[in-house]
Amino acid sequence: MRKARRVTTLVVAGLLSALLVVGCGGASNGGGGSGGGESVKIVSDLPLQGANRAQTTTMVNAIKLAIQQRDGEVAGLQIDYESLDDATAQAGQWDPAKCAENAQQAAQDEAVIGWIGPFNSGCAATQIPTLNEAGLAMVSPANTYIGLTKPGGEPDEPDKYYPTGERNYARVIVADDKQGQAGAALMQQEDVQSVYILDDKETYGKGLADQFQKAAEEQGIEVLGREGIDGSASNYRSLMNKVAQAEPDAVYFGGIIENNAAQLIKDKVGAGMPNDEVLFVGPDGIFVDELLGQAGDAANGIYVTFGGLPESELSAEGQEFVETYESKYDDQIQPYTAYAYEAANVMLDAIERAAEDAGGVPERQAVIEEVFATEDFEGVLGTWSFDEDGDTSLTELSVQTVDGGEFTLDRVVDVADL
Amino acid sequence: MTTGGAAKSRSEALLQSVRASSWSTRLSAVVLAVVLVLLFSQAVQEPGQFASQLVIGVTNGAIIALIALGYTLVYGIIELINFAHGDNFMIGSFVGITVLSGTFVGLQFFAPITGDGGTLLKILGVVIALVVAMVVCGLLGVGIERVAYKPLRNSPRLAVLITAIGMSFILQNVGLIWKGPAQVPFPELISSANILPGEAVIFRWKDLFVIAVTVPLLVALSYFISNTRQGKAMRAVAQDKEAASMMGINVNRTISITFMLGGILAGASGVMYGLFNGITVFNVGFTQGLFAFTAAVLGGIGNLSGAVVGGFLIGIIGSMADQYIGVRWTSVVIFAVLIAVLVFRPRGLLGDRSAVQGGGE
Repeated sequence: MRKARRVTTLVVAGLLSALLVVGCGGASNGGGGSGGGESVKIVSDLPLQGANRAQTTTMVNAIKLAIQQRDGEVAGLQIDYESLDDATAQAGQWDPAKCAENAQQAAQDEAVIGWIGPFNSGCAATQIPTLNEAGLAMVSPANTYIGLTKPGGEPDEPDKYYPTGERNYARVIVADDKQGQAGAALMQQEDVQSVYILDDKETYGKGLADQFQKAAEEQGIEVLGREGIDGSASNYRSLMNKVAQAEPDAVYFGGIIENNAAQLIKDKVGAGMPNDEVLFVGPDGIFVDELLGQAGDAANGIYVTFGGLPESELSAEGQEFVETYESKYDDQIQPYTAYAYEAANVMLDAIERAAEDAGGVPERQAVIEEVFATEDFEGVLGTWSFDEDGDTSLTELSVQTVDGGEFTLDRVVDVADL
Repeated sequence: MTTGGAAKSRSEALLQSVRASSWSTRLSAVVLAVVLVLLFSQAVQEPGQFASQLVIGVTNGAIIALIALGYTLVYGIIELINFAHGDNFMIGSFVGITVLSGTFVGLQFFAPITGDGGTLLKILGVVIALVVAMVVCGLLGVGIERVAYKPLRNSPRLAVLITAIGMSFILQNVGLIWKGPAQVPFPELISSANILPGEAVIFRWKDLFVIAVTVPLLVALSYFISNTRQGKAMRAVAQDKEAASMMGINVNRTISITFMLGGILAGASGVMYGLFNGITVFNVGFTQGLFAFTAAVLGGIGNLSGAVVGGFLIGIIGSMADQYIGVRWTSVVIFAVLIAVLVFRPRGLLGDRSAVQGGGE
C-alpha cells in the first residue's frame, strides 16, 4: 500500500515537472518571437573567466561590433545575440560540464540558428555532437585541434563528433596540422637538430604535440623524448633536469597557459637551458599577455606559433577593423579578436543568404549549408574559402617571440611552401 | 669459533623470519630491493644527475612536510581531517605576495621589495612576509576552528568532516575573489644561482632557503610539543580529553592552540612555496594539500615525525619517478607506494598518533 502511494507520488511529481518544462519552453519561444518583427538569434560560447579573460572579452566586443555594423539586422530580420560563458570560477578555465550545458541550452532553444565558438578544442569536442544532432551551424574563431574536422588525431576522429553523418562545424583559424608544421619549419630555419616534446595531456595540447612530432620527424629533427605534464604540479624542476640531461636544441610544449605553462618556462630556464641556447617553442594556447607577467624574465626569447596573423599583418579590411575597434572600445586588441569578428561575419553572411532564399527566418539546416558554401570570402584575414571539412584555405601562420617583456612578430611562415 | 657460531645463529634467525613471513611480505621485500638496486645503479652511473634530483625531491618534500604537519597535528588532537588546511596554506601564499608587493588593502604599505632592493632589504622583506603570513594563517586557523568545528565537537565525526570540506571551498573562493583565477607571479627575491661550484650538482640559494626555514620550524615545533607545559597539555588532550580536563587542562584552549600551530606552519609554507616556485594560484591548496595529506597518511596520521618522513618521501619519490619512469606516471607511482605501504602497515610507516599521544618518540 505504502509502496503504491510512493509510486503515485513519483508519477505525479514526474508529470508536474514535465508540465513545468513544457511551460518554460513555451515561454521562451514566446519571448523569442515578441521582438517586434521577426528575429533570429545567434549565441557565442567563450571562456569569460580565467587567464584568457582579457582575450575573450575583446572577442565578445568584436562580435557585437559585427552585429552593430549591420544595424542589428540581417535581411530584414532582427539579430538577437547572447554571449554564453563556458568557464567556471571554480575551474578558473573552460569546464567540460559547462560546455555541455551551454550546448544543450542552445540546442533546445529553437530561436538559435547560429553558434560562434567555442574557444577551447576540448570544449568543442563535448559540444559538437550535441549541436550536430540539433542541426545547428557552428563557426569557431579559435579551435585548432585537428581531429575536430580531419583525420589525424585519435583513430575514430572526426566521425565520432558528427553522429548524424552531416557536418555542421567550421573554423576560421588555421588548424594544428599546419601549426605543427609551422613549429617544425621554425626550428628548421633556426637550425635545430634535436627536440624534446612536452604536452599538457589535453585534447588540444596533446593533439598539437602529435602533429608537431610528425612534422618534426618529417623534417629530420630528432625527437629525444616525449612527456605529458601535470598542469597542477607545483614545479617541473625534476622534469627539466631530465630534459637538460638529454641536451636538446629545443623544447616544444603543446598546451595552454592555464596548465602552468609559465612555471614550465621558468623551470626550463632555471635548469640551465636559457632560451637563446635551447629554444622554447609553444603554440597559440600560450599566446596570452598574462604569460609574460607570470613567467617574468624567463619568457624573454621564447617563440610562440599562432595559427593566423597578428593585427599588424592583416589585410586592408583587417586594418580598418582594428581602427574601428580601437576607436570604439578601450581594451587592447588581442590575437583572437579579429578571428571572432571574422567568425561573426561569416555566420551573419550565411544567415543573410539563407534568409533571403527562405524569404523569412531560415531553417537551421539552410544556415549550415550557407556556412559551408562560404567561398572567396573577403574578410579581415584575407580572401579565403572553407573546404568540405570546414577548414580555412589560408596557409599563413605567424611566429611571435618575446622581446623585452612583449610579444613581437618574429616572422610569417607559409606552410604551403613546405 | 665463537664469532662463527654467532654469525650462524644470526643467519638462522634470519632464515627463520623469512620462513615465517607471508608471501606478500616476501614479494614486497623483493620489489623494494629491486627498486633500490636499480636506483643505486643509476646513482653510480650518473651521480650528478641523481644528486640533483635528490635535492629537488628533498626541497619539494620539505614544503609538503610542513603542510602535512598541520593535518597531522589536528588529527592527533581531535581526529579531524582538516580539509581547510590546504586552503589556509594558499591564503598564506597570497598574504606573502600582498606583503612583498607592498599593496596591502590597496595601500602602499611599504615600497615593493622587488628588483633592485639591497640584500638586507630583501631578507627583511622575506622575514616580514613570513611573520605576517604565519600570524594571519594562525589566527585564521583558530577562527575556523571556533566558527566551524567547535560547535560540532559533539556531533558525529562525519558532520565535522563535511564542514571542513565546506570551509575549504569558502577559502578557495576567498582566494578566487582576492587574486582572480589565473596564476599569480611571486616577486623573485631569492637567487636561483647555484651555490655549489661546477654544474654537476645543482643546489640553489632557493633550496638553501627552504631548508633554512623548514629545519628551525621543525626543531621549534618538536621542542614545543615535548618540552613546554602547553605541549604536555596537547599530548594529554590527545590521549584522553576527559581525563585531561579533570587534571585542570583547558581543553578548548589547547585545541585552539593546536589549530594555531597548524595555521602558522601553513602560513610559513605558503610564503615559502611562493618564493620557491615563483607562482601561486587560488587552487594550489587543493593539489598541494592532497599530496600533504597523502604524506601524513603515509607516515602515519597523527604522528609528527611520520608527517615529516612522509613529506620527504613523497618529494623524493616524485622527483625519482619524473627522472626514471616518466612524468605522466608520477602521481600513479606516489599513490601506488601509498597503497603498498598501507597494505603492509595500515597505520602508516611510523604508526599513527604516537608522537602527540605517547610523548614525542
